Amino acid sequence: MEQEEANIYYGKFVENRLPKTKFFPSLLRAFYVGGLICCIGQGISDGLKVLFPNLTMDIVQAYTLVILIFIASFLTGIGVYDRIGAYAGAGSIVPITGFSNSIASPALEFKSEGWIFGLCVKMFTIAGPVIVTGIACSMIVGLIYYIVGLL
Amino acid sequence: MINRVGNSTIKFKMPPKWVSGYAIVGPKEGQSPLATYFDYILKNDTFNEKTYELAERKMFEQAICGATDKANLLSTDIDVLIGGDLLNQIISSSFSARQLQTSFIGLFGACSTMTESIAVGSCLVDGGYAKNVACATSSHFSTAERQFRFPLELGCQRPPTAQWTVTGAGCSIISCKGKGHKITHVCFGKVIDFGINDMNNMGAAMAPAAADTLKTLFQDTNTGPDDYDLIATGDLGKLGSEIFIDLMENFGYRLGNNYCDCGQIMFKNSQMAFMGGSGCGCSATVMNSYIYSKLSSKEYKKVILMSTGALLSTTSSQQGETIPGIAHAVIVEAEEDKK
Repeated sequence: MEQEEANIYYGKFVENRLPKTKFFPSLLRAFYVGGLICCIGQGISDGLKVLFPNLTMDIVQAYTLVILIFIASFLTGIGVYDRIGAYAGAGSIVPITGFSNSIASPALEFKSEGWIFGLCVKMFTIAGPVIVTGIACSMIVGLIYYIVGLL
Repeated sequence: MINRVGNSTIKFKMPPKWVSGYAIVGPKEGQSPLATYFDYILKNDTFNEKTYELAERKMFEQAICGATDKANLLSTDIDVLIGGDLLNQIISSSFSARQLQTSFIGLFGACSTMTESIAVGSCLVDGGYAKNVACATSSHFSTAERQFRFPLELGCQRPPTAQWTVTGAGCSIISCKGKGHKITHVCFGKVIDFGINDMNNMGAAMAPAAADTLKTLFQDTNTGPDDYDLIATGDLGKLGSEIFIDLMENFGYRLGNNYCDCGQIMFKNSQMAFMGGSGCGCSATVMNSYIYSKLSSKEYKKVILMSTGALLSTTSSQQGETIPGIAHAVIVEAEEDKK
C-alpha cells in the first residue's frame, strides 16, 4: 500500500517534468505535408486523365493509388520516407503513402531473417492491425446497412 | 573475513586494477563532443557486415582485442570474459565469446551491464580467482531499435522523452597487478520499481534505482558527493538526471558540478538524440574512453561510475507491466604516481 502511494506520488512528480510536444508546429507540419501528398495524388490523377482520356474514373483512381504506393515504397527503400515521417508525423502516416511505408519498412528490416519467416511474416506487423480494424469495421457497417435495407 | 562495509557495499582488500579501456563507436557517435577520446570510429554502421547483429558482434570482438592489446596482454592471458548486451539471449556477447575460447560469464543488466561486469570482475580478481578479466558490453542502435521499437525506415515521430541507443562497444581489463586505476569499492544495486510504464521514458524509470544505489554507497562508505571528482551515471538522459538530482536532494545529498550523465554528454543537441544516449554501449564507451583518460591525466582522482539499467522486455511492456530499474556503482581511484 505504501509502495502504491509512493508510485502515484512519483508518477505525478515525473509527469510535471515531462517535456511537452509542441502542439501547434506539429499540427501545422502534419497539415501541410499531408495536404501536399494529397495534392500530388490529385496531380497524378489529373495527369492520367489528360494523357489517357479513354480511361474510366475507377481505373484512373486505381492507377493513382498504385503510383503513390510505389513512390512511397521507393522513398522508404532509399531511406527518405522515415525522415519525412519524423518531420511531418501524422501528415505522412494517414495518407496511403504511410500505409505503404508501414509495409515496406518491416519487409526491409526483417529480410535478414529469411524470405518466409522474416520478410513474409513480419511484413504486416505494423499494417496488420490497420487491416484487421478496417475489415472488422466494414463488416459491422455492412451488417447495419443490410439490416437497414431490410426495413 | 567478510569484505563488506555497511549494508551492501563491497570493499576490496587488494584493490584490483583497471589496466585498460577501449571504446569503439558508430558514425553518429563519432560526431559527438567526445569523439576525440574514442579509440575507433566506424565509417558505416554495418561495419562491412551483412547484418547489424554481425556488426555489433564485430564491435564487441574488436573492443576486447583492443583493450587486451592496450594492456599489453595476449588473449590467452584473459582468464574470464564477463559481458552482456541488449539483444535477446545476449547473443552479441556469447557469440563473441565463441571466438575467444576463454571462460565466459554472460550477464544481463540491460544498460547497467558495464559497471555490473566491472564489479563482478573486480570481485573475481580480488578473491584471487582470476588474474586478468575482460569486461565488455555493446549495443547497436539498429539492432536495439528493431527489437524494442519499430523498423528503422518507418516514418514515425519519436516522443520528446525518447533516448537514442548508442552504437558502440567498450571493454575494460581488470587485473590483479600492473599499472592501472584502483577499484576500491563496488555496490550492487537493488531492483527498484516506481511504477513507470512508459517505454519511451526510461530515464524516469531508472532514476529511483540510481538514487537508491548512490545513497547506499554514500552511507556505507561514509562519504558524500564532495568527496568525489566525478559521479557519472550511465544513461539517465536529460530528464532522468534532473529527476535523479532531485531525488538525491530529498535524501540530503546535493550533487554539484561533479555530476554528469554519460547519455547526456554523448550527443550534441543538434544530433536529434532528444534526451541523450542510452544502451549498454553508452556508459561502456564513455567510461572506457573519456573517463578513463581523465583519470589517467589525473584530472579526476576519485570517481563513482554507475551504469543504470531498465529491466524491461517487449513482452512485459506489452502486457502492461511497469519498468523496474537497477544501478550498480563502482568507485575508482586514479593510479598514484610512484615517488
